Amino acid sequence: MTDATLNGSGPGKSSSLTARDARTKRRNASEKRFQAYGMIAIGIGLFFLVVLAFTIIRSGIPAFTKTVVDVEFTITQAEYEAAESELFKTKAYQDLFISKLEAQLQERGLEVDFDADAIERLLGKTGGTIREYYQGNSNMLGEPVRFELAASSRVDGYFNGRVTREGMQDSRFLMKTDLDIVDALHEAGIMKSAFNWNFITGADSGVDNPGGAGIGASVVGSFFMMLVVLLLSLPIGVAASIYLEEFAPQNRFTDLIEVNISNLAAVPSIVFGILGLAVFIQFMHLPQSAPLVGGLVLTLMTLPTIIISTRASLKAVPPSIRDAALGVGASKMQAVFHHVLPLAMPGILTGTIIGLAQALGETAPLLLIGMVGFVARGYPDGIVAGFTDPNSAMPAQIYTWAARADVAFYEKAWGGIIVLLVFLLTMNILAIILRRRFERRW
Amino acid sequence: MSFVKLTASSLAIAAVSATAAAARDNVQVAGSSTVLPYASIVAELFGENTDFPTPVVESGGSSAGLKRFCEGVGENTIDVANASRAIREKEIKACADNGVTDIIEVRIGYDGIVFASQQSGPEFTAFEPSDIFNAIGAKVMVDGEVVDNPHTNWSDFNSDLPEAEIAMFIPGTKHGTREVFEDKVLLEGCEATGAMQAMMDGGMNEDDAEDACLDVRTDGKSVDIDGDYTETLARIDANTNGIGVFGLAFYENNTDKLKVATMGGIEPTTESIASGEYPVSRPLFFYVKKAHIGVIPGLKEYAQFFVADEIAGPGGPLSNYGLVADPELADTQSKVENETTMSESM
Repeated sequence: MTDATLNGSGPGKSSSLTARDARTKRRNASEKRFQAYGMIAIGIGLFFLVVLAFTIIRSGIPAFTKTVVDVEFTITQAEYEAAESELFKTKAYQDLFISKLEAQLQERGLEVDFDADAIERLLGKTGGTIREYYQGNSNMLGEPVRFELAASSRVDGYFNGRVTREGMQDSRFLMKTDLDIVDALHEAGIMKSAFNWNFITGADSGVDNPGGAGIGASVVGSFFMMLVVLLLSLPIGVAASIYLEEFAPQNRFTDLIEVNISNLAAVPSIVFGILGLAVFIQFMHLPQSAPLVGGLVLTLMTLPTIIISTRASLKAVPPSIRDAALGVGASKMQAVFHHVLPLAMPGILTGTIIGLAQALGETAPLLLIGMVGFVARGYPDGIVAGFTDPNSAMPAQIYTWAARADVAFYEKAWGGIIVLLVFLLTMNILAIILRRRFERRW
Repeated sequence: MSFVKLTASSLAIAAVSATAAAARDNVQVAGSSTVLPYASIVAELFGENTDFPTPVVESGGSSAGLKRFCEGVGENTIDVANASRAIREKEIKACADNGVTDIIEVRIGYDGIVFASQQSGPEFTAFEPSDIFNAIGAKVMVDGEVVDNPHTNWSDFNSDLPEAEIAMFIPGTKHGTREVFEDKVLLEGCEATGAMQAMMDGGMNEDDAEDACLDVRTDGKSVDIDGDYTETLARIDANTNGIGVFGLAFYENNTDKLKVATMGGIEPTTESIASGEYPVSRPLFFYVKKAHIGVIPGLKEYAQFFVADEIAGPGGPLSNYGLVADPELADTQSKVENETTMSESM
């Protein structure tokens, strides 16, 4: 200001406050430019987000539908016993089903040529479903039962456009002529698309059975892991932060601890995986592939995040509140637990949920403690088993599927990503709601 | 808000779970990612067809699996190790040092290794081991001299091959597949082109010459893939001239994207691999800890189920997925039946 009056020297040079001089214009222009840069940056971010969301949804949606063969047939007591006496029982059921379907199609007089081999190529692995049904409902033997059984992954691909007549090569999995049968069956209403509930509720399947693969079991695995993380990292993290923030003396030792906590937050997660393998499995002999161990490893990873965010929210509580509490005669602990902590709670919860969400998406440490492979093969049969029985987690399951040869599993992997994102979004929304509800402003 | 209570209860849960974990009732398998698909098929069927729980199959590679297998005896160690190569002397010794002395070796069948390129790419339809060696060997024979590999196009050394840039994607060194690739392709090619003889004439002993034969050029024309075949496939999708090394089963699942080349004039099929005509194939194994039979429920049954005619035989689900059935499956079955360990069968 002083400079301006000195340089402007005298009243000769008239300037108005309303008319903009060149310098003001330059300043305004540079502000406009900066705003434009900001908008471009946001635009680029949004563009990538839209592309990502679009790709995920487009590639993942097919995982939620499946092609089924809708037929009614009867299995007699004798056929059931014959199948049960085999070593490979599910194959016997599959063969039974194929022969019955073939007979039915003969009866209907389908206009295309077909044989048992072609029908076998069109079907997924159905024997397991049939056997499971009759084991639970043996009273239905001899009665006609209506089944919706999965078609093969390639027929599935034909229905959702992944397999086309032009693009496909004849192989022992599917011949071009088989597609004529598929079209005829579709017209007859025997083959149709249905919502794939099994994908959401089911467990992992063998590599030759993409139709039977589901993410449900690994969702349960992730859930139990998150439970372990929550139960351990929240109390430990909060206790550590309260002590460090409110009680601990400021000296070299606490400084060292603080620095190390910040460093720990930046340690790559795979390191925790190796640590988990060495300490929890090889030294403490906890079970392999168990959500308990996964949870312990992820707890180590989440702790620094929680401690840092908890300390930040404790710091954000105005000192006047502590002073007032101490002033009316509260002990330090009373002041912290009755006044400071409740006010810091929304921040702590947000930090915790963000830490959990981070842990939920983590795959690298799980590689080393045996949660990748054919692991999520069924639901645990109880709460304790949920912690200790081998299970996978969502990101590990997605990783496993993405590496399999059959392209149908690639679709499942995208579908799994959608489920994972829904899970994450739910957690984040929960964090936002909690913060909105309990947030206090000064 | 009692954090003390929370912590105490969570610790209690952890303790209870740890004790409950003492009794394991499922078979635990780990090892080769090549065997993993087959093992996962068998595991799923085993769970569906028997009253035993479905086994857990982890991947990680043959060496990692055998290492864990050899960690000792007890419920906290794995029962079965899958391997895409035979167990090594060193590993048997490591096993014995940790008390794992009785090992049953089970050969489940053969896996063919194929060379495939983009369906619409250049006409890579026939290779000889010498072509592959000439393309990616670190030192090759040119005009009777061993020199650093100068080739940039396939047609540089074999006019029958297309004039396309060399870009090979080969399995990384941690894969069991690499060993077969080295033994059956690079070494063969090295001998066939005379490079090995020339190196030995140049003063190297046989072992050193063999090692030198297995060296792969490092100028980016040959890329090691440490991931699995899906990664190789992605690389080939992105590169018209790319040639990848795949397992037969993987290729057969992706015939609409890949075309396969013959090796030594033989097309890779389950038949040509079973008969031994197709040169690049290898046996697949799993190893069972005998001490765990009778302790872990379903372990022996799992091994028997795996090698049963209905499963591993021709026409079974494994051969349908791409495993080449073992002609001597009956021997393997009796080996499992009698629990014949490796030391007994020698």
